[in-house]
Amino acid sequence: MTTLAPDTRRLIYERPELLTDRSSHYCPGCGHGIIHRLVAELLTEMHLGPTTIGVASVGCSVFAYDYLDIDFVESPHGRAPAVATGVRRVRPDAFVFTYQGDGDLAAIGTAEIVHAAARGERISVIFVNNGIYGMTGGQMAPTTLLGQRTTSSPAGREANLAGYPIPITEMLALLPGVSYAARGSIADPSAIGRTKKMLRRAFDIQLAGGGMSIVEILSTCPVGWGMTAPEAMEHVSKEVVLTYPLGVMVDRMKDSPTSKDKDEA
Amino acid sequence: MAITVEPVIQPTSARGSFEPLDIAADRCKGCSLCVGICPKCVLALDESTVNALGYHAVQLTDAAVCTSCALCARICPDAVFTVYARPKGSLT
Ligand SMILES: Cc1ncc(C[n+]2csc(CCOP(=O)(O)OP(=O)(O)O)c2C)c(N)n1
Ligand code: SF4
Ligand code: SF4
Repeated sequence: MTTLAPDTRRLIYERPELLTDRSSHYCPGCGHGIIHRLVAELLTEMHLGPTTIGVASVGCSVFAYDYLDIDFVESPHGRAPAVATGVRRVRPDAFVFTYQGDGDLAAIGTAEIVHAAARGERISVIFVNNGIYGMTGGQMAPTTLLGQRTTSSPAGREANLAGYPIPITEMLALLPGVSYAARGSIADPSAIGRTKKMLRRAFDIQLAGGGMSIVEILSTCPVGWGMTAPEAMEHVSKEVVLTYPLGVMVDRMKDSPTSKDKDEA
Repeated sequence: MAITVEPVIQPTSARGSFEPLDIAADRCKGCSLCVGICPKCVLALDESTVNALGYHAVQLTDAAVCTSCALCARICPDAVFTVYARPKGSLT
């Protein structure tokens, strides 16, 4: 029988350095936690910590600045792309990203994201689509699926009354100022791995001098959806992807290389 | 239909004392995403205790069976896991 001292163990995975020690306020199983972890892993692996300025939005992720150990600005609801534009222009050397929910980006902030994209602002946008206003108690968002029950559509979203889900990333991908647009999910470990690659590509494009790079991430709000965390994951992989297909919509910098993943190196 | 698998709890001492996971149980929120993802079914919520956050935290029920695949670490929203590689030949 062999007994190994703990310090001889070879590390495979550890909590990323740029994730603070603080326990998050997110509900159990909330997708925001996974996405924060991915961002922290990438900023750590890409050595971007000291040069990054994040822009937090309003929604459940309003306290993102407490969990990522980097410089942060908090913006008013929906205005993160406008705030990030200002940050980018006074700090051309910084790495700048916004972290926005779907209520923030695709409802109150639609004008800001469209015009920042039209201007080709050199920022990366992390767009967390959980199809609901999580923070305020699970109301319908423009992204809510048809038929989805929320606190403000108790019988399910009806197109006659509330219109159709808005595929905003596809819309943004049409604009020449957008260098990269993709949609991933966090429904299982392999989807999480693919989403991390998309985020890496988005970050690489900003570093290579490209225009806006946006990654929409299909996330979960187990509490707002009235599901357990595993049920919510299954709902993303079986239902949500039918309205919001996964994949890269546009990569206008195909000739620019992607940096190496730590796991592939 | 959900399939539930009862984890088989075996004393790790019977198989050697290599610990593949460090679990920050104080941070666990008991969401059970890792429990469902573990291909060896060796993660379970410890319903005999409640952590300071008020949840039943996850525990590794059989260290000897864990392959260090790190799928739990890749799904956990609260970054609870640290994963170590199993030394060659130590998997029973
Ligand atoms: C100007 C303004 N209008 C409305 C609100 C209320 N409000 C707070 S968060 C939120 C929606 C957040 O939803 P989302 O962006 O999808 O994030 P989630 O909480 O789901 O992560 C709203 C409407 C606000 N804080 N400020
Ligand atoms: S309300 Fe929804 S989005 Fe907000 S922390 Fe809870 S699960 Fe996450
Ligand atoms: S995924 Fe993380 S928070 Fe959820 S039960 Fe497992 S260890 Fe706990």
